[in-house]
Amino acid sequence: MLLLQCPWCGDRSEEEFACGGEGDIVRPLVPEELDDRAWGDYVFMRRNEKGIHFERWRHAHGCGRWFNVARSTVTHEILASYQVGDDRPELPE
Amino acid sequence: MRQAINRLAEGGRIDRTERLSFRFDDEIMYGHPGDTLASALLANGVRLVGRSFKYHRPRGLMAAGGEESNGLVRLRQGGRAEPNVRATEIVLFDGLVAESQNRWPSLRFDLGALNDRLSPLFPAGFYYKTFMWPANLWPSYEAVIRRMAGLGKAAKSGDPDRYEKKYAHCDVLVVGAGPAGLAAALWAGRTGARVILADEGTELGGALLGNGQQIDGRPGTAWVAGIEAELAKAANVRLLPRTTVGGYYDHNALTLLERVADHLSKPDQGQPRQRLWQVRAKQVVLATGALERPMVLANNDRPGVMGAGAVQTYINRYGVRPGRRAVLFTNNDSAYRVALDLAQAGVEVPAIVDLRAQAPLGWRAELDRFGIEVMADRAVLGVAGRNAVTGVQIGKLNAAGNGVVPGLARRIECDLLCLSGGWTPSLHLLSQSGARLRWDGTPGCFLPGEAHQAVRVVGAANGDFMLQDCLTLGAGAGKSAANDAGHQHRGRGPRKPVAAVEADPTPPRPIWSIPGPGRDGRKSGGKAFVDFQSDVTAADLRLAAREGYHSIEHVKRYTTVGMGTDQGRTSNINALGIVADALDVAIPQVGHTTFRPPFSPVTFGALAGGQTGPLLDPARRTPMHGWHQANGAVFEPVGQWHRPYYYPKAGEDMAAAVNRETLAARTSLGLMDATTLGKIDIRGPDAAEFLNRIYINGWKSLAVGGCRYGLMLGEDGMVFDDGVTARLAEDHFHMTTTTGNAAHVHDWLENWLQTEWPDLAVYCTSCTEQWAVAALCGPNARRLMASLCPGFDLSAEAFPHMTWQTVAIPGVLEGLEARIFRIGFTGELSFEINVPAGHGLALWEALMAAGEKYGITPFGTEAMHVLRAEVGFIIVGQETDGTTTPDDLGMGRMVSSKKDFLGKRSLSRSDTMRQDRPQLVGLLTDDPGHRVPEGAQLIAGNNPAPPQRGLGHVTSSYHSPNLDRTFALALLQGGRGRHGETIHIAYDGRAVPAQVTAPRFLDPGEAAK
Ligand SMILES: [Zn+2]
Repeated sequence: MLLLQCPWCGDRSEEEFACGGEGDIVRPLVPEELDDRAWGDYVFMRRNEKGIHFERWRHAHGCGRWFNVARSTVTHEILASYQVGDDRPELPE
Repeated sequence: MRQAINRLAEGGRIDRTERLSFRFDDEIMYGHPGDTLASALLANGVRLVGRSFKYHRPRGLMAAGGEESNGLVRLRQGGRAEPNVRATEIVLFDGLVAESQNRWPSLRFDLGALNDRLSPLFPAGFYYKTFMWPANLWPSYEAVIRRMAGLGKAAKSGDPDRYEKKYAHCDVLVVGAGPAGLAAALWAGRTGARVILADEGTELGGALLGNGQQIDGRPGTAWVAGIEAELAKAANVRLLPRTTVGGYYDHNALTLLERVADHLSKPDQGQPRQRLWQVRAKQVVLATGALERPMVLANNDRPGVMGAGAVQTYINRYGVRPGRRAVLFTNNDSAYRVALDLAQAGVEVPAIVDLRAQAPLGWRAELDRFGIEVMADRAVLGVAGRNAVTGVQIGKLNAAGNGVVPGLARRIECDLLCLSGGWTPSLHLLSQSGARLRWDGTPGCFLPGEAHQAVRVVGAANGDFMLQDCLTLGAGAGKSAANDAGHQHRGRGPRKPVAAVEADPTPPRPIWSIPGPGRDGRKSGGKAFVDFQSDVTAADLRLAAREGYHSIEHVKRYTTVGMGTDQGRTSNINALGIVADALDVAIPQVGHTTFRPPFSPVTFGALAGGQTGPLLDPARRTPMHGWHQANGAVFEPVGQWHRPYYYPKAGEDMAAAVNRETLAARTSLGLMDATTLGKIDIRGPDAAEFLNRIYINGWKSLAVGGCRYGLMLGEDGMVFDDGVTARLAEDHFHMTTTTGNAAHVHDWLENWLQTEWPDLAVYCTSCTEQWAVAALCGPNARRLMASLCPGFDLSAEAFPHMTWQTVAIPGVLEGLEARIFRIGFTGELSFEINVPAGHGLALWEALMAAGEKYGITPFGTEAMHVLRAEVGFIIVGQETDGTTTPDDLGMGRMVSSKKDFLGKRSLSRSDTMRQDRPQLVGLLTDDPGHRVPEGAQLIAGNNPAPPQRGLGHVTSSYHSPNLDRTFALALLQGGRGRHGETIHIAYDGRAVPAQVTAPRFLDPGEAAK
């Protein structure tokens, strides 16, 4: 049971959140210009990192806001929690 | 009647002035407050308490705590009956009833014991090897296995008790209230930190309750009482006895099972039976102790073979001597103190058999005083007796410990054999927390390795077996844990406790399996059990190794070692050692199996807590629900909503009711509660642009006052919701979604607004429950509305299809206006009347009253499904399955070419452009009375025998009174080009011929306008 930091509400238990999978995926601005492979990469292909995973969570049973989390998929340690639109923070090695 | 022949005249923590009566199988016996069922049975001279799982061998108690593998009983009766409860953990209460398990017809005479004689037929992997072939006999195999196997029987009637869940936060959670845990809790508590101290036992004290050790010059139990008194008074410390910490999850989240009332015959008024805690701790201190391992030797499961530490606990804590004449067999020092305690309790102790060449010297004088012989460099090779121990055979092992030196055999008569095969730190929780364990060959056990969470391990769990170390290191861990949680001692901490001096230990000699008494050391002389609960022997493990199982995880599953409810508490290390020996590798190379929660079994009741019966899932009901109930509606769950399914009249079955409702809506007037439709209020200057990106069709051209049907796609191009959205103002829309998908759609909108298009000024608010909706439809709908809204121009010209208006309904909505939408889902002339939820019932009743002259008929979801399917309207989730595009549904023309929208690019991928994709069609079976099941597969030929290439499937299938026949909708490969063809619908071994048609059976026609 993770303890996640909602940037608006603070530390809350995982059961209040919904995980939105990999974060920082940008929707192509002009999809029609992409070939099938490039569009398919955007729609279907996701990283499955052993190590630090940047992902999105939504405080579904709280303020309803989406935010970003950097989480170790090995230890489940949360290395950072930051707002949508913010740059990825510097992470300790 | 039985006498308590093994009860000592004095000593122990029991109250001899009060008698508690209890029944075990057919016998009534007595015990005292302070007893467990196990100690009371032993006091009454009961040796045989159960039969083993596989071989049905007679078994007696072997432990005094949670590691007991044999003494599993069925406790209580009726709805409170609970199987597989450890007798050692059952607090005795007056009137207790328990039954032995795994025996038939009785414990003494058990037919299943034949399995023991037939044991060559039950090798490791028996199930895998035997019940393989032929496959069609599996059902009869299963019946046999189910009868013979399984541990105990569950209650058949409902559980009358109440269970609770509780959430808590703390600075320091201390698990285990032995000397180390108590010291940790005391030091942490003195800082003012919020401390929770949880322990499985009824009393705090752990091993101190049973081992007679001294602290600060007085009995350890007196020290415990002093600490407990202080902790109980501290407002920042919560004591949880009878509480097992069973799960250690991420970020220091732990689950605790508190047995609130299990020590009573039934819970007091208003008391829950058990309470499941979820605790989030800043710091955790694990003081979970260590468990004594048995020795693996021939017939080591005979009743009367017990753990040495357990025997000590029975004497010192319960005032029970488990035998009259005891031999101890050990590979470490801990049994020596037990021998003296036994002798002091009046038990004859002829010998301590010590595997080590050098027995410890410090005990000499005291042992001599009781005439106890120490037989160093000797081993117990086997146990005599069947239903009870009658003696042991002793010999000398060779230097490697894998064979017997001939000519030195000796037999000693005894009725009790106390085994100490060394101590295994209880690191289940630590391992669950993600920490690694490291093997230490000197004590011969795994010790804590690198931790991943904020956790400390102290006491015997950390391999600190000396009492002074437990106290000192426990106190230090409690203090540093509190410090790390932000609390400091003001002034000095508590005075450091001092334990009585102990001699330095002589290192143990681990020999994982004692060779049998046969001449070559291989002839076993009887089964040598490793896992008593799962009936796994040393020979089973060696066989698995010979058969190629080299991973301990595979050995575990193949032999079932460690798979009982005790999770291998006493068997894991012995099993590892035996497998490592068999493979000729070191133990760390074999590794250990993964520990998974829960540490101890948890009742389903505790997991469910209060969420049972009507509280299982929240029920959502519309404001008109009471009317539906009063008028006999049958309800259907749609998500959490309870929707009227149909309204049967007296004597009507479902088909008759649905036919009547369907006909009424087409011929005169029907009324449906549409409140459950998802509604989202969308507002903001960019609202139209936003909808343009969300829906496949255009929205900027929609005039205020207009309504439009829209489809939403995922980025993969597949339909995921549909509905009608109305423009309330330039910057204000009212969106409707399918009932079951409302929350999902709202999340979807928020996702895009928050993360991808934060530049759009748009706000979405769910208003599903703010509006009650009555959907009126049928040729008489306009007449009825006219009577309700006098003076309002309802003509098709003034109020056309796909528009909405605010309308006053005098007598129903005083001072308020309804939003009326000229939209519908049945193809009939329709009005969807939205009123503030609180007025829903008044509206409904007014419509029913005014519609009486038209025979207004309330209809449920089933008639609605028939009506919409007749005119070819789809239901998302029924005609679509997440792989369906707009074009597959025949809605390709809705797709706007003038703009981008979510999922658009996917519609031109090679796969979505395929001509042979499943496409929506209608199906008319050759037999008009034949209704095929939804989900049935479509095939080309009339032979249903597999293998077949599926061409699609039936998505909807109904009987239509308006068509006077059955009809179906289906997704059929290349279906749009196959109208007029005959295909077959395969199910139940038949192939039903049907004609492919357009997916529309009735035309809405002019009436709907
Ligand atoms: Zn929040």
